[in-house]
Amino acid sequence: MNRVNAVVAAVGARVVGGVWRLGFAARFFLVMVKHSPTAFRRFHLTVREIYFAGVLSLIIILVSGLFVGMVLGLQGYDTLARYGSSEALGVLVALSLVRELGPVVAALLFASRAGSAITAEIGLMKATEQLDAMEMMAVDPVARVVAPRFWGGVLSMPLLAALFSAMGIFGGYLVGVVLIGVDVGQFWSQMQSAVDFREDVVNGVIKSVVFGIAVTWIAVFEGYDAPPTAEGVSGATTRTVVTSALAVLALDFVLTAFMFRGVR
Amino acid sequence: MMKRSTLDLWVGFFVLAGLGALVFLSFQVANLTATARGDTYEVKARFDNLGGLKVRAPVKSAGVVVGRVSDIRFLNDVFEAEVTMAIEARYKFPRDTAAKILTSGLLGDQYISLSAGGDVANLKNGDTLKITQSAIILENLIGQFLYSKAADGNENKK
Amino acid sequence: MVTADNIVEIRDLSFGYEEAREVLSGINLVIPRGKVVAIMGQSGCGKTTLLRMIAGALRPSKGEVLAFGQRVDRMSQDELYALRRRMSMLFQFGALFTDMSTFDNVAFQMREHTGLDEPLIRDLVLMKLHAVGLRGAAQLMPSELSGGMARRVALARAIALDPELMMYDEPFAGLDPISLGVIGQLVRRLNDALGATSIVVTHDVQESLKIVDYIYFVADGRIVAQGTAEEVRASRAPYVHQFVWGEADGPVPFQYPAADYREDLLGVRAS
Repeated sequence: MNRVNAVVAAVGARVVGGVWRLGFAARFFLVMVKHSPTAFRRFHLTVREIYFAGVLSLIIILVSGLFVGMVLGLQGYDTLARYGSSEALGVLVALSLVRELGPVVAALLFASRAGSAITAEIGLMKATEQLDAMEMMAVDPVARVVAPRFWGGVLSMPLLAALFSAMGIFGGYLVGVVLIGVDVGQFWSQMQSAVDFREDVVNGVIKSVVFGIAVTWIAVFEGYDAPPTAEGVSGATTRTVVTSALAVLALDFVLTAFMFRGVR
Repeated sequence: MMKRSTLDLWVGFFVLAGLGALVFLSFQVANLTATARGDTYEVKARFDNLGGLKVRAPVKSAGVVVGRVSDIRFLNDVFEAEVTMAIEARYKFPRDTAAKILTSGLLGDQYISLSAGGDVANLKNGDTLKITQSAIILENLIGQFLYSKAADGNENKK
Repeated sequence: MVTADNIVEIRDLSFGYEEAREVLSGINLVIPRGKVVAIMGQSGCGKTTLLRMIAGALRPSKGEVLAFGQRVDRMSQDELYALRRRMSMLFQFGALFTDMSTFDNVAFQMREHTGLDEPLIRDLVLMKLHAVGLRGAAQLMPSELSGGMARRVALARAIALDPELMMYDEPFAGLDPISLGVIGQLVRRLNDALGATSIVVTHDVQESLKIVDYIYFVADGRIVAQGTAEEVRASRAPYVHQFVWGEADGPVPFQYPAADYREDLLGVRAS
């Protein structure tokens, strides 16, 4: 009986703890938004974070995009050739990248490259009392440290996703047209007639903006909420990557259901 | 006041490259220039059966895209489908233009084909096309084919 | 009564992170203007908590905290930020901003809080760095500094805006004897040069006895003894004596409370 009680109590404590954190995260988000004017009034702070979140993620994003596009080209050709419609390769590559893979894979890579770095940095600043020191100097750390990182990430994400898609389409072009020999005119013209600006490109950008907000929010919050110890920071970094991945995939489902349901 | 130069330069490159990728996606991939909704006028047409026609399907004349399907609705009083097409203003069609629902290739998407008539007056915004031809439904076609085969067979027996 | 000569007054203060366990109880102390006052005690006795309460980062569960004659424990966030521009804190391990150079660390508050021109800030920063003897290290990153140098840079950063009240949280922790002496002298010299008032939270008796005017001893969340440096050295009070002379056993026992030793060793097999 005692053991049952203990299990119930442990589960209950976890649930209450989770809800508590969620509430704190939501309040943190509001405070962050409230302090966002600082990030734009002193834009060089945000530019710095765009460098760390965006520019430093470029290599992994571009290389991954190229390879994903090349794999899509190979696999897509294989399947389409069975139905004698290999010239639809451009459509397949472009639609899958612009609608899904671009925003989603770029966000996952962003979470593991930039998100984890943001969490580790803020967590370390907390562990070494830098945030406390800032507070003591009458400077709000949320305005000075958190908000620029948040906006740096949110602004970088759509650009990274667009670069990933463009790079992937280039990879598909390399494999499909240059390597396999799909007709170059068919490749582009079919793509152009099937990909719609409003339905596909804009929706893809909306997705990447939402993912950018989610991933960066998780990253800054985990860093700010991390226990101020070495284990605490490393645990928070892991949680950032895991939570971000789950959030991106779940949000992707919801957004896709809203955007593409019954259209076309 | 900051040590900016290099860092700002990189961020500038990054933003430019990102915007460049967006432009590439918009124009080269999605062909925004062609699908851009400039001035259009709307024309309606009624069909018995649309087959698989969807909103945003192309409207072509002589194989050239001249507009897009902007709305599809079912008219309950006459049990027909009414299709609204947005046709680019630079293309003018006579009032007795006919609309057909065709399929691109054997398994491709369906689109509306306009064939111009001989009227001197042109279509205006809100006009309804009088002459229409519904989509060819593969199942009906096969049904008819089998039926006629069966009829042929019966005749041969006699 | 609020007297202008007391920078900080704490009256009948109690505090606990949880309701059941009080970290501090019934604390009364005053910090007079211009003095260097030490708060001493063992690790984990609530000294740092006390500092945080003076700065308004924590609120007492009972009692009053006054700084510059104002009730800190009742202030709003904006009032606290206004108050903190008059005070400054040196953290245990310096807490330098690791992503900025030494120069930018010291310039940080000037850029945040004053509209000064960059050339003027540059001169001020170099003056502050010169005061701690590190003008030559202005362009180094915190990771390139030794522990003692980092502490001095942090000190330069703490005096950037000429605060009226300086608070030091374990300024001597983890320093070699030379750095220890340097920091100790700096604490005293800067206090007198700036006309400031200083609170030093520490457990380093010998170093602080050289520089402070007055000492409070905290044990088990209470003030157990107080006096000037001479009074403390001569004190016969058992706790003070043990603390000052670093004896292993005394009022603070060597053994953590445990069951009887004999029973513990012999009783295990029986049960």
